[in-house]
Amino acid sequence: MNAPHFIASPDWKRLQWPLAALALVLVFNLFCTPGFFRIEFKDGRFYGSLLDILNRGTPVALAALGMTLVIATGGVDLSVGAVMAITGSIAALLITKGGASVPLVIAGSLLAAAGAGFWNGVLVGMFRISPIVATLILMVSGRGIAQLLNGGQIITFENRAFQFISRGTLLGLPFTIALTLAVFAVLSFLKRRTALGLFIEATGDNEVASRYSGINTRAVKLLVYAVCSLCAGIAGLILVTDIKAADANNAGLWLELDAILATVIGGTALQGGRFYLFGSLLGAVLIQTLTTTILTRGVPVEFTLIVKALVIVIVCLLQSEAFRRIVLRR
Amino acid sequence: MSNLGPLLSLHGVSKSFPGVKALVNVDFTARAGEVHALMGENGAGKSTLIKVLTGVYRRDSGEMLLEGKSIDPRSPQEAQALGISTVYQEVNLIPFLSVAENICLGRQPTRFGCIRWKAIHERALKALARVGIDIDVSEPLSSYSIAIQQLVAIARALDISAKLLILDEPTSSLDAHEVETLFRVIRKLKVEGLGIIFVTHFLDQVYAVSDRITVLRNGKLVGEYEAAALPRLQLISRMMGKELAEFEMQNAKGRPAPRDAFLELRGVGRRGSLQPIDLSIRAGEVVGLAGLLGAGRTETARLIFGIDQPDSGELRVEDRSTRIDSPRSAISHRLGFCPEDRKSEGIIPNLSVRENIVLALQSSEGWIRYVSRERQHQLADQFIRGLNIVTPGPEQPVRLLSGGNQQKVILARWLASHPRLLLLDEPTRGIDVGAKLEIEKLMVRLTGEGMAILFISSDVEETVRNSSRVVVLRDRRKVAELSGDEISEGNIMRAIAATQTEDTSR
Repeated sequence: MNAPHFIASPDWKRLQWPLAALALVLVFNLFCTPGFFRIEFKDGRFYGSLLDILNRGTPVALAALGMTLVIATGGVDLSVGAVMAITGSIAALLITKGGASVPLVIAGSLLAAAGAGFWNGVLVGMFRISPIVATLILMVSGRGIAQLLNGGQIITFENRAFQFISRGTLLGLPFTIALTLAVFAVLSFLKRRTALGLFIEATGDNEVASRYSGINTRAVKLLVYAVCSLCAGIAGLILVTDIKAADANNAGLWLELDAILATVIGGTALQGGRFYLFGSLLGAVLIQTLTTTILTRGVPVEFTLIVKALVIVIVCLLQSEAFRRIVLRR
Repeated sequence: MSNLGPLLSLHGVSKSFPGVKALVNVDFTARAGEVHALMGENGAGKSTLIKVLTGVYRRDSGEMLLEGKSIDPRSPQEAQALGISTVYQEVNLIPFLSVAENICLGRQPTRFGCIRWKAIHERALKALARVGIDIDVSEPLSSYSIAIQQLVAIARALDISAKLLILDEPTSSLDAHEVETLFRVIRKLKVEGLGIIFVTHFLDQVYAVSDRITVLRNGKLVGEYEAAALPRLQLISRMMGKELAEFEMQNAKGRPAPRDAFLELRGVGRRGSLQPIDLSIRAGEVVGLAGLLGAGRTETARLIFGIDQPDSGELRVEDRSTRIDSPRSAISHRLGFCPEDRKSEGIIPNLSVRENIVLALQSSEGWIRYVSRERQHQLADQFIRGLNIVTPGPEQPVRLLSGGNQQKVILARWLASHPRLLLLDEPTRGIDVGAKLEIEKLMVRLTGEGMAILFISSDVEETVRNSSRVVVLRDRRKVAELSGDEISEGNIMRAIAATQTEDTSR
């Protein structure tokens, strides 16, 4: 019913730049990377570069979904990478030392993730510490906590049921994709069918006016940081089950930057206000497509960082009003 | 003193900003050995004039002479070098440096590139002696009270060789005793031959220290007067731009019979912002809050709405003692508040008209009880039509609307949540005449339906026209309450103008 309205709406227009960029990269691959679009069906699951991109992109996509809510309130969460490491370490501990069942492992590690987010939310929402500083604390100390939990070791484990999170399939597709879509669906539901979307956007757009209108802006901030860390925790489970080991030093390293980038590409402004969950998903896919393309071209890994930096600069310039004014004046 | 030539004189100075003529052809003269008060309401052009004098802005046209020589300062530093120094309400020194360092900052005496601490301390002590204080200059500035800090700022200004000292609302955060100390210093400096320009909202203080008063209104010069020859009432009528005779117009509208008090303040106050006041607002009446800028009107509304917490007194809602500690709890008692600063405290600029309208209703319902899309559209349509909000549609971002329409959106936000008491702080400021009339009509209709309204306006005529009772504030105190036939512009003016002694004899 809403389809024609949606295509004509500004939400859709906002996506034209990232969509164009994605199309550009795909067309490049169509001509330059043989077999890029090939999808095979083998042993009950699909294989192919495209699926691989989607699968590899899920940790960033999940982190970006949570990050979108935080950025919408005018904040930022630098600790998502560290939270992934903590989640992974706790999961590995619960399995190896605790011998806990898989549901208990998942519940325990995600609870820890949400707790980490709650801590961020308290610092930002209650004590009004600037979000960058508040989450920087956990970004740095979080990896230390994860290392302490692991005793400085990389803890490996074998547990087929737990590994389903990253290795399993649903209808022949990687389970991670279904998991990410499920999180997206839940957040979209909360945005569209409850007042949370309105409260988050209002808080980010004008916090004082929101408070004067009766919104509990502290609670809103507590919530978004907790949800953001929870999303990071789910991503952390994907990472830890993928390599069957908890690596406190490297799990989710620099992933917060990709998450922020995906959010910004998706059209959510860093100043806060309006947010776009689908845009953030698209941003994550674009980033992963870029990364995979560069890797399959045999270009040194370092280049991915430079290309990402270029993309950030371009997107930020396109969003900057001052830039547009200067360019248009010519 | 009149035999002294002018220290500083301005002739025909104008300054405009895009869309605003802030100063139009203004003359101003400051003489050595004289305190000259600069008076005017909001938007009169006082601060623009000060900024032109101190080089923050450059004038568009006109002449500026210091001791007969034409000057054109391009920065506060240049003005300071010429001998024009300013001390602001907010002390802009560096709190964690010592008093001595603050006084000598940027001009430290050195020998072979090293700072001579002894010389700094001696110099600081000498500078402070001029303003009559003797304190330990090696202590950090922040360890002293605001009053002392202000005197230090003055001492610094004098040390930089001030001929003309501008005091921009220096007393706003001082208590009565500190104000007296400051005034002693001002009188002493005056005798020493300094020219002083004094900007304040407090009438008592103007008459306590000023020799001469210049009144500005809407960027134009109204006149320059000898303080002794200008009665208070005259001063106020000059500031407001009306002759006394006009004030005598009565508010003669029939008023509905009053009902029970919905909200009552008993000695509610907050240190530094409002002296304890009594105030009651009944269902179905408009209580006007009158007074000059800074008299405590907005402060009263903020205390009622739970934005600031009172530290004395009792607040009663429907005859029950109540604590309102946040806007949320105020809203749960069915209060609504349209703030004075629409842009920074009222609208959510990038959200749509519809979302802005449902905001207060939705937040009182809670996040889980979502006001359905259909209901939201229904409310938006109802208020866009009912309040005549000019917008291309309910999905238009509210920042793109005109000021008057933004104000109506904020009104609609509260009306949608059915408040019992609406606090309106300058609801008609900066909006066109048509929208003004519509808002006034709306107030009549709402009170007819039993709503209580607290109406704050700088426009006395408007206050008289709309209020069934008027409470007059001056210098953060309630000084009068008028009802029925007593409500007239003249009576309000007289209450604002009365001196403190008259109040106590009342």
